[in-house]
Amino acid sequence: MATPRPRVGLFVTCLADMFRPEVAFASVKLLELAGFDVEVPRRQTCCGQPAFNSGDREDSAAIARQTIEAFDGFEYVVGPSGSCIGMLHHYPELFADNDPWHQRAVQLKARAFEITSFLSEHLDPQRLSGSFSGKVTYHDSCSGLRELGIKRQPRELLSNMPGVQLCEMEEAETCCGFGGTFCVKYPDISNRMVSNKSDNIRATGAELLLGGDLGCLLNMAGKLKRDGVSVEARHVVEVLADMLDTPPIGAEKRA
Amino acid sequence: MEVRSPEFKQAARIALQDANLQQALGNLKAGFPGKRAAAVARLPEFDQLRDQARDLKNHILEHLDLYLEEFERNVTANGGTVHWCRSADDARRTILDICRAQGAKTVTKGKSMVSEEIGLNDYLEAHGVTPVETDLGEYILQLRGDHPSHIVAPAIHLTLNDVATAFHEHHKRPRSDDPAVLMQEAREMLRKQFVAADVGITGANFLIAETGSTIICTNEGNGDLTQTLPKTHIVVSSIEKVVPTLEDMTLFLRLLARSATGQEFTVYNTLSSGPRRPGDQDGPEQFHVVLVDNGRSDMVGTELQEMLRCIRCSACMNHCPVYGAVGGQTYGWVYPGPMGSVLTPQMVGIENAGLLPNASTFCGKCEEVCPVRIPLPKLMRHWRDREFEQHLSPAGVRYGLKFWSFFARRPALYRWFAGSGNWVLRLLAGKKGRLGKLPLAGGWTDHRDLPAPSGKTFMQQWEARNR
Repeated sequence: MATPRPRVGLFVTCLADMFRPEVAFASVKLLELAGFDVEVPRRQTCCGQPAFNSGDREDSAAIARQTIEAFDGFEYVVGPSGSCIGMLHHYPELFADNDPWHQRAVQLKARAFEITSFLSEHLDPQRLSGSFSGKVTYHDSCSGLRELGIKRQPRELLSNMPGVQLCEMEEAETCCGFGGTFCVKYPDISNRMVSNKSDNIRATGAELLLGGDLGCLLNMAGKLKRDGVSVEARHVVEVLADMLDTPPIGAEKRA
Repeated sequence: MEVRSPEFKQAARIALQDANLQQALGNLKAGFPGKRAAAVARLPEFDQLRDQARDLKNHILEHLDLYLEEFERNVTANGGTVHWCRSADDARRTILDICRAQGAKTVTKGKSMVSEEIGLNDYLEAHGVTPVETDLGEYILQLRGDHPSHIVAPAIHLTLNDVATAFHEHHKRPRSDDPAVLMQEAREMLRKQFVAADVGITGANFLIAETGSTIICTNEGNGDLTQTLPKTHIVVSSIEKVVPTLEDMTLFLRLLARSATGQEFTVYNTLSSGPRRPGDQDGPEQFHVVLVDNGRSDMVGTELQEMLRCIRCSACMNHCPVYGAVGGQTYGWVYPGPMGSVLTPQMVGIENAGLLPNASTFCGKCEEVCPVRIPLPKLMRHWRDREFEQHLSPAGVRYGLKFWSFFARRPALYRWFAGSGNWVLRLLAGKKGRLGKLPLAGGWTDHRDLPAPSGKTFMQQWEARNR
């Protein structure tokens, strides 16, 4: 009898669910390639970050409890976003130390990983077989970079794909101006930040912008499109999983 | 100082369109962060020093009363006087009283953000004492009737052209755009003031408990003239600047200059330990330390206590993309940038300053560079919590959040809601794959397109596949 494969619960994230399901499908494909059984718990919704960052502790805690229950029993919880997984890592702060939910939140935190950092630990890079060929540039999303230490992992994974030529942009670690509700609460400042980012992306000469967080990618892709810049944008897992049939983010549908 | 933080958004819009300001901010961005990074790279133990500094500050804050009292005892033993001031008003009055007792007409001032915090200049002026700023940046601002936009480089929002214009108007000399000429002009103007002043007022970077000394770390030497030439030296400082020993002070000095300007050490590090003693060649006859609380002791023992570790290096604002876009004056009060977004609500009320802790993407760069590891995003979130609790957040935000969380707390309804939104967006976008305009989403679509969903929601597709 074969040993059962370890179970991963996919934390889809609301932006992947709503805007770019391919990101979640690519995550499933990569996790299966790495030898995991992937399940998608139905009781998950959003990580609760909009409430948490707006000072609404009550709703944040309610959503945290729901997420903790939804992912009970999985050895790992993996999601295609440093920001949302970073939020799962904040859950212990929502409960008093003596609250039983605190311990459960700590346990969830220990099992929750952003996808590129998880793959860099668990996937044999030889098994990556992407067909993409061309120049790419990589934006380091803030939460992943500073809360979870994600910097080298996506680059290492990409370095195993012979066709990918990485051209680093200036200020790759500077915020793109998305910031969740920040981008609509302070649109002028956000616009300045994403304009700077767009200039830095354009200057690399890359044809494709990659990143690990859809919030930032929607923001940057939306700006590149508005400015008529021809650089396309995708989540890094789309390239890693060789799922390139869907048009890039915000691009015209193919006839 | 008038609190203009409620106008943050309008001020930001104006700042973003101010070409002169944007040029000045470009200089800041091109300067400080790179210099800091180079200085940090030259000191391998920098991060260990940060840990030590954090721990030491935490220790000090746990025993703040003890160290302040030790400081007072030693100042007194040295022949100086400590004045305890609970409020900004207490501090202003105390300083005016000292000036009046000396019959002072003019006072020279070294750079001090605490003096800005307590609104000292306007107060002295209104009571017949003329303050003269001697820090070059502050001097330029005083000529212009302007306020600091940065805690270390107060005139960073100005360009060389602005300075040349201000000097030409006030000094009545031929206009020059040569920095060396302008510097020489300021020197000549200020030299007379140094000699004429009855009282010199400086701030303090640290207060040293074991010796009863204060220290200023500067690059111009103006502070030294301010504190040694007049008969009376007043140090105005906030209470959290106390450190136990001289050796502890050196730990912070190593972090301060590197974090602020990327220097290994500031050019002048001047200790003041009381009035002139018999046999001393120079120094003031009187030495006063005005200790300002102004809401700080209320922060001790709360979540905000960590903010009291701040050593005013300005690294957080130098690296902040929001500060870099709008500049310091947009924040509408004395302290700008991330540290100001935490301090200002404490000092002027969250009801007046709620826009500041919200004006952050929580990118975390400020915390990454803070020499004493203050979790600035967490503290800004603390203010958002207080704001939400007190029903001070804008109604649109509150109702929008409640509407959204109603669905987010009910997975089945949420899936239906996401599916409907997804369908509508795809319908509106058509083949184009993105939306140039969307009702109620102007904040987004005024500046960028909204990429449309690429297909049905993941949950819909996953269920269809696994049925």
